[in-house]
Amino acid sequence: MTSIELELHDGIAVLRFRRDGEGPNLLDRGALDALPPLLERLESDLEIEGVVVTSRNPAGFMAGADIALFDGLKSREEALELVLHAQSLVERLARLPKPAVAAIHGPCAGGGLELALACDYRLASIHASTSLSLPEVRLGLLPALGGTQRLPRLIGLAPALELLLTGRSLYARPARRSGLVDATVHHEGLEEAAIRTARELASRSAVSREASGDRPKRHVWSRLLESAPGRELVYRRAGQEARKQGRGNYPAPPRIIETVRRSFGGPLGEGLRLESEAFVDLLFSAESRALRHLFFVRTRTRRQPFRAEARPVKRIAVLGAGLMGAGIAQVSSHPGGYAVLLTDRSLELAARGKAAAHEGLSERLGKGLTRFEIDSAAERVVPAAGYERFGSVDLTIEAVLEDLDLKRRVLNETEAVARDDHVFASNTSSLPISRLAEGAARPENVVGMHYFSPVPKMPLLEVVRGTATSGEALATAVSVGLRQGKSVIVVGDSPGFYVNRILAPYLNEALLLVREGAAIAEVDRAMEDGGFPVGPFRLLDNVGLEVAAKVTGVLAPLFAERGVRLDEFAGRLAESGMTGRKAGAGFYSYPKSGRRRPNQEAYRLLGARERRTVPPDDIRARLLLALVNEAQHCLDEKIISSRDDGDAGAVFGIGFPPFLGGPFHYIAVEGGRRVRERLEALQASHGERFKPADGLVTPAVEG
Amino acid sequence: MKGNPGVQTVVLVDGCRLPFRRAGGDYASLTGYDMARSVLAGMMNRHSLPGDEVDAVVMGSVVQNPQTSNVARDAALAAGLPHETPAHTVTMACISANRAIADAASELAAGRADLILAGGVEALSDVPVGLGKGARQRLLAMRRSKSARDYLGLLRGLRPGDLLPKAPAIAEYSTGETMGQSADRLAAAFGVTRKEQDDYALRSHRAAAEATRAGKLAPEMVPTALPPDFQPLDRDDTFRDDTSAEKLAALPPAFVKPHGTVTAGNSSPLTDGAAVTLLASGKRAEELGLPVRALIRDWLFVAQDPGTELLLGPAFAVPRLLERNGLSWSDLDVIEIHEAFAGQVLAVLAALGSDRFARERLGRSQRVADVDLERVNPWGGSLSLGHPFGATGARLVTTAANRLVAADGRLALVTACAAGGLGHAMLLERVET
Repeated sequence: MTSIELELHDGIAVLRFRRDGEGPNLLDRGALDALPPLLERLESDLEIEGVVVTSRNPAGFMAGADIALFDGLKSREEALELVLHAQSLVERLARLPKPAVAAIHGPCAGGGLELALACDYRLASIHASTSLSLPEVRLGLLPALGGTQRLPRLIGLAPALELLLTGRSLYARPARRSGLVDATVHHEGLEEAAIRTARELASRSAVSREASGDRPKRHVWSRLLESAPGRELVYRRAGQEARKQGRGNYPAPPRIIETVRRSFGGPLGEGLRLESEAFVDLLFSAESRALRHLFFVRTRTRRQPFRAEARPVKRIAVLGAGLMGAGIAQVSSHPGGYAVLLTDRSLELAARGKAAAHEGLSERLGKGLTRFEIDSAAERVVPAAGYERFGSVDLTIEAVLEDLDLKRRVLNETEAVARDDHVFASNTSSLPISRLAEGAARPENVVGMHYFSPVPKMPLLEVVRGTATSGEALATAVSVGLRQGKSVIVVGDSPGFYVNRILAPYLNEALLLVREGAAIAEVDRAMEDGGFPVGPFRLLDNVGLEVAAKVTGVLAPLFAERGVRLDEFAGRLAESGMTGRKAGAGFYSYPKSGRRRPNQEAYRLLGARERRTVPPDDIRARLLLALVNEAQHCLDEKIISSRDDGDAGAVFGIGFPPFLGGPFHYIAVEGGRRVRERLEALQASHGERFKPADGLVTPAVEG
Repeated sequence: MKGNPGVQTVVLVDGCRLPFRRAGGDYASLTGYDMARSVLAGMMNRHSLPGDEVDAVVMGSVVQNPQTSNVARDAALAAGLPHETPAHTVTMACISANRAIADAASELAAGRADLILAGGVEALSDVPVGLGKGARQRLLAMRRSKSARDYLGLLRGLRPGDLLPKAPAIAEYSTGETMGQSADRLAAAFGVTRKEQDDYALRSHRAAAEATRAGKLAPEMVPTALPPDFQPLDRDDTFRDDTSAEKLAALPPAFVKPHGTVTAGNSSPLTDGAAVTLLASGKRAEELGLPVRALIRDWLFVAQDPGTELLLGPAFAVPRLLERNGLSWSDLDVIEIHEAFAGQVLAVLAALGSDRFARERLGRSQRVADVDLERVNPWGGSLSLGHPFGATGARLVTTAANRLVAADGRLALVTACAAGGLGHAMLLERVET
């Protein structure tokens, strides 16, 4: 629970948010209960001339409203009551006839920033951890404590909409430039400076306080955009961008634009009323529920689930300096902070991998990393040929070619030179860890770490538990993955593990649709409109068709047991040299200049057939349900240990539409029984591959 | 480890310096080489030293003129030292001269030399203004260009900004933070207020003015006379005799605006100057009949994280140096501490006087000292006398020795912080002569 302490400094009341136990301050029940008596004192105590609002929590100023609070709300009325109550508290702070100064250090998000916006002056610490944001849109909500009202008034319409619609954070310096904060100071002097400022503001009259706004001058351009015709342009641009990003699947962005549009320039009270209504509508939307569910899922997958002691890891060796290996080396160095030995057959290949890691790090110059930090991160990656200095390596992650014999060989070679407590992880996408470990001297130290490409950008890591894998080795792999900044799920050692397994019937269904006559681009468009970042054929082309063929080969026997034959067309296309994007042709052809076009050669190889239009809803139903059903199979077979892990794998690994919350959230909302009925219908019309998984028996959760 | 474990004792014979002047002032037309040769020649003349007695010259320098990158050698030759006397230049930010003196003392202690001139120089009026890396690369490539096409090719990718001259920044390379910002932060971390900083600055200026009036600084001066009119200069122009608490309080913060506490008034000014010490083995000093001011007893260098404790070096160096010599703060008769910023001096003193700092950062059960200002910089410091980066260390050692003599004391401590999170402390002991 968050609490607030008040300390008087010679007429200035310093309010400090704090929290018992770990974690950031929240606008939770504790804070909401603590505020009214404090506000009363601020309003009535004549000794108090000014107020400083700050935090003594090392985790920062405030992370926002307590989302768990929302889940307890049963009705619109109850929700509206809570919002109006919280709004009234913020308004009391805003209307305090004494100056209030917010002293911000660390993250200041959502409700925290709205509290700061209600103050007369915002002072931010110049510290890498200090960031200001209104991230509600990422939860399918909008800021309802005055955020949609005060932000545009303070920093201008266009920049405010940008922050409201992206949920993006501003660091201290850009926040100062935008006018969101009035001044910056080092963390060490923050509270003292805030007290001095409050005292100085208190010594001026209220009128001069209002007039003395030391704000950066607004550009002519931004003033032009706030004229009546200018505004329309801003709203239209914002709306277009929101539609392009969300494809109409997310209700929050258009609602935010509408709320700002209807209230900008009008009276504050009316704006607050619009804001609270919009908030309650969005709160009960299916999309916000799904996004809030994912927020918790994400938090859970960033925690170590095992009590078993992870072994301390300082030095990591990465075998194979190709695209994957370089990516793993990069995240091991930053954010991991590990010393990395990046090895390949020759020093030349290893050095090329280091160059790729350096390039990847350099992309973040000025976006959270300085040149110096990039230099030191790059220096932690040492290229090498062979197995020299492996005696000091704590964990090896192999990323050599997907070939069992080769992987067994490097495992044996590594074991020969590494210490006995050394952990060997295989970044295989499909080979069973237990078979790899068969030839190992210490199979208990062998584990799978399945990364997704491009490693620095994809947030998921599957850690694979082989039959012999020890708890210690598993915990070690998980803890390294977490330090590399990944959401980690632990999966069973079955072909394709979890993510590639659920992808298989989904891609298979896409291929079958095209065989039936659907157009490649049509299938992709249907899924992209449905919320996937890329359609199945673009995904196949990006991954590489030879890789996809290999995974299909590994998975085929497993599906064959269920009487399902996986289409092997991707392999056939790859055999004729069309391996996807990097080869210039796959399901699409990629001309050197110009846009990609469906590859006519692919159609020809499929056996030319008249293209016919398949309704996008049918495409979506077949692909989505094939995936959801397979996810349930995985849970039934205990390949994943929880529904949350299943949702994390699908959303963070494949890009399963976040507004659906993941396959298990989807099942929970629809009800297992209804999903079963729909699958049965598809089974009747399309075949045995749609036979529902056993676990699909649950009723829908109450909406 | 016991200090000074070498085979010879090391003594400080003398120290002297040019009067320090504000950068852009009287020495604006000079380079570091000019100042260094003046001060070296000045020291040789004071003792009528035959040049061939000097075994080596070591000078510290921070912002170097690329034409005289080994300024010690060029200046030594011009000062009339023999061709056969080796000379080298060292750099260690604001403790460069301390490094030069320590290096010389090590050579003497080990018996590899018997007499060395060690000091430093800084010409902040003559910082090398250069072109950006992009423009430099192209200029050098131009030497290989033959055709007009080659020349045009060099312009490709050149941005107008690349052509703007760049002066060296007084900023920490690894963090990008300027020294003033660090000092402001450090002062806040130790709860040092603006008023305390201004009061300390005022004390420094008054002390410098008083010491100058009383002639206490005269023994360390090498008076100069500069062209064209050869007006003699024999005192520093860096202190402000006329400053007051009110004037200092009215200055705006210089680095952290608008809420910082470090101002131009409580920071050391950009300064030109040069200083040198004459060090010898005890044996050689006796043979040549040179006076001996003090024994160099021990010294050390420390380093901390430049991100968090940039200017706190002395708080780590002093306790370690005292401890390994079996001494405590109260045993010291003279304390000379480098004043980069008033806030930095007060933060260092606060750290030395803090039980918590001792526990958490030094692993000691108790604070290093009950700090008072009485023995600290009574003749002024870098705030008022100026701070030519590469030369300040030699001034500190010289003043400390002269104060020991004046106060008839036994032990003197010199300590200084430097960019890069570096720090230094040195112990001088007066010997009966």
